[in-house]
Amino acid sequence: MSFRLEARADASIALKLLVSLGAGLAALLLVAIPVLFAGGSPFTAYGLIIQGAFGSMFALSETLNRATPLILTGLAAAVAFRARLWNIGAEGQLYIGALSAVLVGSGLLQMPPMLLIPTVMIAGFVAGGLMMIIPTLLKQRFGADEVVITLLLNFVVILLVQMLVEGPLKDPLSMGWPQSVPLLAEAKFDKLVPRLRMHWGLVVGVAAAILLWVLVRKTVLGFEIKAVGENRAAARFAGIPVDATMLKVALISGGLAGLAGVSEVAGVKGYLSADLSPGFGYSGIVVAMLAGLSPVGTVFAAVFVAAVFVGADSMSRATGISNYLADLVVALSLLCVLIGGFFLRFRIRYERAAAPAAGA
Amino acid sequence: MTSTDTVLSLEGITKRFGKLTANDHLDLSLRRGEILALLGENGAGKTTLMNILFGHYVQDEGVVRVNGEMLPPGSPGAALKAGIGMVHQHFALAENLSGLDNIRLGTEGLFALGGKAAARKKVEQIIAESGLEVDLDRKVASLTVGEKQRVEILKALYRNVRVLILDEPTAVLTPQEAEGLFTVLRRLAANGLGVIFISHKLGEVLSVSTRILVLRGGRKAGELVTADADRRAIADLMVGKAVAEVKRTAATPAETLLEFSDVHLRRGSTRESLRNVGFALRAGEIVGLAGVSGNGQGGIAALISGLAVPDQGAVLLYGEPITRADPRALVAAGVARMPEDRQHDGVVGTMSVADNIAIEEVRSGAFSRMGLLDRKAMQARATSAIAAYDIRCPGPDAEARLLSGGNVQKLILARVLEREPRVILANQPTRGLDVGAQSEVHRRIIAARDRGAAVLVISEDLDELFALADRFLVVHAGEVSDAGPSDRLDRGAVGLLMAGQAA
Repeated sequence: MSFRLEARADASIALKLLVSLGAGLAALLLVAIPVLFAGGSPFTAYGLIIQGAFGSMFALSETLNRATPLILTGLAAAVAFRARLWNIGAEGQLYIGALSAVLVGSGLLQMPPMLLIPTVMIAGFVAGGLMMIIPTLLKQRFGADEVVITLLLNFVVILLVQMLVEGPLKDPLSMGWPQSVPLLAEAKFDKLVPRLRMHWGLVVGVAAAILLWVLVRKTVLGFEIKAVGENRAAARFAGIPVDATMLKVALISGGLAGLAGVSEVAGVKGYLSADLSPGFGYSGIVVAMLAGLSPVGTVFAAVFVAAVFVGADSMSRATGISNYLADLVVALSLLCVLIGGFFLRFRIRYERAAAPAAGA
Repeated sequence: MTSTDTVLSLEGITKRFGKLTANDHLDLSLRRGEILALLGENGAGKTTLMNILFGHYVQDEGVVRVNGEMLPPGSPGAALKAGIGMVHQHFALAENLSGLDNIRLGTEGLFALGGKAAARKKVEQIIAESGLEVDLDRKVASLTVGEKQRVEILKALYRNVRVLILDEPTAVLTPQEAEGLFTVLRRLAANGLGVIFISHKLGEVLSVSTRILVLRGGRKAGELVTADADRRAIADLMVGKAVAEVKRTAATPAETLLEFSDVHLRRGSTRESLRNVGFALRAGEIVGLAGVSGNGQGGIAALISGLAVPDQGAVLLYGEPITRADPRALVAAGVARMPEDRQHDGVVGTMSVADNIAIEEVRSGAFSRMGLLDRKAMQARATSAIAAYDIRCPGPDAEARLLSGGNVQKLILARVLEREPRVILANQPTRGLDVGAQSEVHRRIIAARDRGAAVLVISEDLDELFALADRFLVVHAGEVSDAGPSDRLDRGAVGLLMAGQAA
């Protein structure tokens, strides 16, 4: 009795759903082990996580509020990875976007909200996009590795932000806290429901997901991005301008991450500080991978990741099990999804030994 | 069933992949000292059979015996141990090691010091017996393709193989190198080795093999003793129907459409560099570019494909110099380009057949409007192309990676010829294709010429060039010489020019 792998020609939708579901279940089963060690009941813990994430209007609002930046950074990773452009710099692009929002929206321009909000968003998008265009140009011109450059630029940007919020941009009314001058009220996103934190950034995120879906599926640019990502040599031979396409991808990817920064400043905090993002840029990569780089899937994956984190906080308060459980759930989900992807590509065949093996 | 000199026998091998039966009760036996040619179209089951022999696949039915002993299915280790060696089309050599180290690699333990002298002695003895001359101390990266192949064969012989399998060994060789390989194979066979020779080329099969086994659709289509076989009979067995000979009438060249004028191209590698190249392609003629691979064909192809512009001199299209490397502009101007490596440069494997047919013109009005794809037009074009060019695939939405090499080439033909191009670059148009697909491609190229297109065929297969070309150019070391009309040439004269000697 032995088993071997054979490549699949194609996987059906049903199989894909089955594998995703299986991956989720496997992750929950695995996480149950440390929960048992911590002396808790997995059922109680999971129940509390779900309740904490979706159990009330307030919980739901917190989850969606948390999901908003993850949708945008997830899309940033998804569009770049589709073109095999490895943007690990969404965190820095997020901060640059937030910084631009503050620079433009804290008094430099005086406009009604109808104009100021789009202006602030465009500023954040362009700044984030330029932040990604730099490493892409370096890659094209000198063959520099964009993984290294985008990753290291994150630290450069965060240090720059720290310097600015301690110095030139520091809010004199902040009682000494390192935070920037606040956005004008006209530049802030409205709440979606009064007294709840979720805001119009969520709508921006979902709209971006839909636009990206249209881009990927319906447009010539989406076609070119796919060709460039899947086979650069063939794309070049067929006349697709590879470098220009990569730059467009860089602009979109960095821009989406920049929008995440705008959304956090304009929708949640109202000002810039160096702790604006607890790693939304990096989590975006996880979100995109969970979603299989699908734009619409990214929305659901972002809500899932956000729910786990928000729910785990409330579970932790109720049971005393550490909220690091959330990291564990997300990490194991990703591993299970990646392993699941293996089953989508290959079929496992069990074979009885066809004939008794003759000893030599 | 096992006589004393039968070294290998496959009995009743059956392998199914889902609904497809790749091997259907195949029998094969190989005697010592025999060169068996395994022939068949793409998809006939040759590769599957060899993969089963090697234990890469497990057969559904049947057994493999080496020297009468059954080989456990699905065990590559056992196959190697039993003395089966294979030389693949794509070499498995470590480029940064010497030939000798490559030969020893995997055979000796990691820490086996001092074995090197003994190994060298053994390899030198094999070289003396077989005539496989190689400089053992040079790094593999600096060896020619022919030398690399010899290292691969030496590697197998070093392991004391009893059966040597060569997968399309001449695809990368010049005619002279191929002749040298055949001499070696004959000598090895005379020393008692059993050789299986997988090929598409009928001429070399007839010249080197002692027996021919033809597969078709996973079954044995016929088995012939080479001495009694002829080209025609084998070709008919392979495709299962009489192959139509491609007929070519005399060319009636008209105005010049594409001209190279004193073109220089300087590249790091000599493969693509050109010096002082001048020639013209006229409407209604097929010009064949002969040359040993890597003498500048790549540069000429890159210039006509719009991937490069000359460093000096000019490429004139309809009398106007091409100033920008812009494939789309050339496509729009009516240039059809078939890439040398169709799997690598020709198609995006994970995109659909329809996408790959539309890919060159996706920005044009034919397939998009205001930046939005016109999927309906792409689908319609693909459906008609699949029918007109007989592209065997599940449908327009099937991924191109599922297509066989011949069908990928048909896809590319459909992509470039449907526009009625005026200039056609056919770079290795039938490399790796079976007889049936070859004559189909040739027919299409000749039809395009008769329609008034100017065609440049770049090929390493002289038979193909003689079948197609009205006129010959020969490239050697980056320089192109005009060899004149093909009906006044023979292989010997072209061969001399290919080697850089004035005719």
